[in-house]
Amino acid sequence: MAPNSSTGAVAPPRPARSRRSVWGERGIELLIYASGVSAIVFILAILFFILREAAPVLFSDRFSLTQFLFSTEWYPTSASNVRYGTLALSAGTLAVTVLAMVLAVPFGLGGAVFLSQFCGPRLRESLKIIIELLAAIPSVVWGFIGLTVMSRLIVTYTGAPVGVNVLNGGIILALMSVPIIVSIGEDALKAVPDSYIEAATAMGATRWQLVFRVLLPAARNGLLAAVLLGVGRAIGETMAVLMATGHAVQIPHGILDSVRTLTANIAAELGEAPAGSEHYQVLFLTGVLLFTITMLVNLAADLIIRGVRARK
Amino acid sequence: MMGQPVSGTRPDHPTRTIAAAALLAALAVLAACGGGAGGPQSQTTTIQNKGSDTMVNVAQAWAEEYKRVAPAVDVEVSGGGSGVGIAALLRGTVDIATASRNMKAEEIEQAKRNTGRTPHEVIVGYDALAVYVHQSNPIESISIEQLADIFGERGATVNWSQLGVRIPGASGDTIVRVSRQSSSGTYEFFRDHVMGNLDFKLGSRDMNGSKEVVELIGGTPTAIGYSGMGYATPAVKMLRIAARTGDPAFPPSVENTLNKTYPLARSLQLYTLGEPQGAVKAYIDWILSDAGQKILEESGYVPLPSEQRNK
Repeated sequence: MAPNSSTGAVAPPRPARSRRSVWGERGIELLIYASGVSAIVFILAILFFILREAAPVLFSDRFSLTQFLFSTEWYPTSASNVRYGTLALSAGTLAVTVLAMVLAVPFGLGGAVFLSQFCGPRLRESLKIIIELLAAIPSVVWGFIGLTVMSRLIVTYTGAPVGVNVLNGGIILALMSVPIIVSIGEDALKAVPDSYIEAATAMGATRWQLVFRVLLPAARNGLLAAVLLGVGRAIGETMAVLMATGHAVQIPHGILDSVRTLTANIAAELGEAPAGSEHYQVLFLTGVLLFTITMLVNLAADLIIRGVRARK
Repeated sequence: MMGQPVSGTRPDHPTRTIAAAALLAALAVLAACGGGAGGPQSQTTTIQNKGSDTMVNVAQAWAEEYKRVAPAVDVEVSGGGSGVGIAALLRGTVDIATASRNMKAEEIEQAKRNTGRTPHEVIVGYDALAVYVHQSNPIESISIEQLADIFGERGATVNWSQLGVRIPGASGDTIVRVSRQSSSGTYEFFRDHVMGNLDFKLGSRDMNGSKEVVELIGGTPTAIGYSGMGYATPAVKMLRIAARTGDPAFPPSVENTLNKTYPLARSLQLYTLGEPQGAVKAYIDWILSDAGQKILEESGYVPLPSEQRNK
């Protein structure tokens, strides 16, 4: 008997593909690859651009990096004593962002949990539309709301001398961050496999136990990403805080004090700084500082996720 | 049978429909843009005017009135502060920079280096820089030294009680200082003339424009701030200013500005690169004439006395 190897029948030849379709496919793959890599390219290009504008002042003799980072005195246009100290500005950014997150995270995550677990489909659709609407409001409109409506409410209910302060900026930023946290958080919760939910219910878990002990831990990465995006929006927000925080260079001693954030400072002063002057370069250095702060926040969150994953 | 698509649920060529719709939309946008720009084919000259926030309202009023006088000339006005206007002039992106302060020596040097031309200054009016407090504040007058003590970096005055003032119905004693951002000519004028070029105390609320300063003071009983005389509202009052403690104090007014008894009188000027030519010169001549000066006066500023005007 002939050996029953599969070489008995010769494999049919593959149908020839036209050259055009082969190269066409490679072309599209290259395009998709380039689009994916482009995000990295853009970030590096932005970093390179702002570093190039800020570099001359870094190497100048009169400029001291310690003073820039740790002094509270910001007098870039002084006629007698020019000082560039961003500590008060960084404190302003920190204060407003922390307050915004303290207000936004409970409401955002709570909203995400409600949307994914506790409400009926029709209510869910309407709520999602309303929340997307909140996200679509331009930031300058938020700033205007903070400057007019919110400041009057704050003066009436807290007896603060001025209604534009950390509290005002924090509330406005929280209102801007909540839609992001809810949207992405809800997606993260939806992505938890049904088998987890079914298993928990089969074991007799109540809805609250299901959410708190199964869903939230399982969706931890996605929820952390949602909060991070909210933080990113709060740190980078310019127009709303420019109008709602009172624009005062000082370290706040309470939430009723006015502050100035790094972003609002750049927006207010870049127009008058003559291109290439020291003031201009220091403002770009502030941009580098903002970039670094955002990267550090993302890095810290990444490490936390890794730590969480390792412990599991 | 399984697998048969329900008829009518899919359009035949979705890609083609989308492409056609996109092409139509693009054509519509191009047609709209082209149509708008290709309107009246007359020769309109545009004059770019940027700068002082103190002067932005009167600059806008001049631009609108001048459109009636010379319809072929379009004057585009924007604010941002005297510093922003001067910076734009140094880059050569505007024709006229309005400023409520004088150009500094280094700015003039930079203009010569960047553009090869020397800035030309034209004084178009005067203004009194008023110090505002809330209506309910009992204080009536203040001296330059006391102002320097409140606003200046080394100043020791932080509470109203240190000035012997008690504000009825106020929630605290701390003086709420309302100032301007550093791009403002008003800010620089105040720093030069009240604090002798020493810096402001940190922690003042630095507002965007002259109007915002008065609005904030109007809503805050413990506030004090400075802005142009023309921005007064019924919710605030202007203090009389004395040059030194013990000297007579004068209120901001047209006559006190012209006869220099009011200590914080300042000139409002326009800057151009080199002597103004052509359409810009005609516009500036009109501003210096009685017609332009009448608009300045109606806006709340002090017009040029007749010997400085254009006839």
